Amino acid sequence: MSAEVAVRTDRQRRLLRRLPWWIAAIVLVGIAVLWIFPFLWMLSASLKDNMEMFTGGLKLWPSKFVWDNYTRAWNDAHFGRYLINTVVVTVITVVIVTIRCATAGYVLARYRFRGSRIFLGVLVATLFVPTGYTIIPVVKISMQLHLIDSLGGMILALSGGAYVSAILIYYGYFRQIPRELEEAALVDGAGFVRTFFSVMLPLAMPVTATVAVLTFITTWNAFFLPLVFTFSRPDLRTVSVGMQAFVGETATDWSGMAAAGVISIVPVVVLFIFMQRSFVEGISGAVKS
Amino acid sequence: MTSRAVQLTRRQTRASAVDRPERPRHGWKKTTWIWIFLLPTVVLYGIYTIYPIIASYWYSLVEWNGFDADQKFVGLSNYREVFADPLFWNSFKITLFFMLLVVPARVLLTLLVAMILNNPKLPLIGVLRSAFFIPVVTTTAIIGVVMRFILDPGTGPINSLLMKLGGGGVDFLGGQHLALPTAAVLYIWKFFGVTMIYWLAALQTIPYELYEAAKIDGAGTWQLFRYITLPMLKPFLIIITVLTVEETFHNFDLMYTLTAGGPYFHTEIIEIYIYRWAFAAPIPQLGHASAAAVIFGLLVAIVGAVQLWGVYAGRRLRGEQR
Repeated sequence: MSAEVAVRTDRQRRLLRRLPWWIAAIVLVGIAVLWIFPFLWMLSASLKDNMEMFTGGLKLWPSKFVWDNYTRAWNDAHFGRYLINTVVVTVITVVIVTIRCATAGYVLARYRFRGSRIFLGVLVATLFVPTGYTIIPVVKISMQLHLIDSLGGMILALSGGAYVSAILIYYGYFRQIPRELEEAALVDGAGFVRTFFSVMLPLAMPVTATVAVLTFITTWNAFFLPLVFTFSRPDLRTVSVGMQAFVGETATDWSGMAAAGVISIVPVVVLFIFMQRSFVEGISGAVKS
Repeated sequence: MTSRAVQLTRRQTRASAVDRPERPRHGWKKTTWIWIFLLPTVVLYGIYTIYPIIASYWYSLVEWNGFDADQKFVGLSNYREVFADPLFWNSFKITLFFMLLVVPARVLLTLLVAMILNNPKLPLIGVLRSAFFIPVVTTTAIIGVVMRFILDPGTGPINSLLMKLGGGGVDFLGGQHLALPTAAVLYIWKFFGVTMIYWLAALQTIPYELYEAAKIDGAGTWQLFRYITLPMLKPFLIIITVLTVEETFHNFDLMYTLTAGGPYFHTEIIEIYIYRWAFAAPIPQLGHASAAAVIFGLLVAIVGAVQLWGVYAGRRLRGEQR
């Protein structure tokens, strides 16, 4: 009997001690809901009809679910096509960027050769180059190479852009791998290429995940380059450019626009939820180094 | 072979110190492979980043009306025109002003939230962190478009709420004095999560034992913050500010989709100025735009250089503490 009372008060005391934290958490949850309100609003707007969007105000739950908005966005506003373009561009860019950054980071970290210092120096110096600065020559050279107005050209331009940080992440990782490992691979008869592909690259798996996720999100969300590359080819737009064009072309279909926004944003958000850790690692890496 | 190699690393990462890169004693075969490994970066990065940086200087010296048109060398006259253009100085001013509006809020508010979210006693910590982070991963251009509807003076949900409260009709993005602060608030909201992650990473470098020890000595919450957290975070403050400042220069997506520089150039940052002269004008003035781009590049580089010097100073500060 007395033991039971003791247990209960103990638990009560523990609960009481945690109470301020729970209050803080509830306040924060409130702020967080406000924080993601624009997304909730977009989601709800994508299911309302255009009339209700004007009159509904802040109300989130639609009085009647209009799934037709999604069909209109997908077909009439061409978001089905834009989504495919975006997926193609993003996936290929991620593959190119990851491979080129992994190989470059590897040789820069493991070998000293003529020009390696300069190479690294140039990379670091261009860490922050903004797209607005390079855009005119990029368009000009793409025209000279007959790469403008094509998804291929867009992919190349995107994969040649600012992924210095990805090289530096690989560089940092490969640099701290001990020499003995390479020697062991050598003893086992692995050459340069095999050492990289069957020893080093598998070891760097977490880094690869981080670089791939960061590149995915950057490319998916890219706007300036895709905008300029698709001026004369509306059929090659990515979702971000398509959204901007949507407002100009069909200014009245607001709920269709909201549906298009949902279609465009859902893939990145889903990827983020599953790959959260890699993404956060990549961002915090900038501070730790 | 791989598993043996992995075992080797595990055993030896602790024992052996970090190795230096191999000396250049390898033969031509290895050298060839090294350059093959660098080739994709050399080609892509060379064409799409290094070449444009250099070519901009040449383009800024020519008269060039359209990508197919001929270029005519005109010396520094583009620079003279850019410097004489009040709208260029307007965009220059707005770019810097925007930076001043955004950076302190982003750096300090995120620190506050990061400190709360760094506390292991807080329930729902994972969900909360994700919620604050979600806007970062979403497409900026789409956010810009959606926000135009949310902030619409007539039918947007914000204004219909204000109307119920007796106000309303606020033209957040159309008002000359309201547009830039509104854009700044949206920008802070959108990229809040990035700086928050920076701070969380910084906070996690502080050993927990330090707090424990100070608590035993009778330190209160404020004292913990004042004498442990703050001094330990000081070197990170500089790095995080550098990163945040440089990020604010990349703001084309949000500004262009929100306001496209309007109303009457009140939110025209330099990137939009360049875009307007190069792509949105009836007769593109690519020389003029390039001159503006070169000046913009120099601005970013100078701000970056000053701050990297700050990082260096910060490193020394951290070194002295040890």
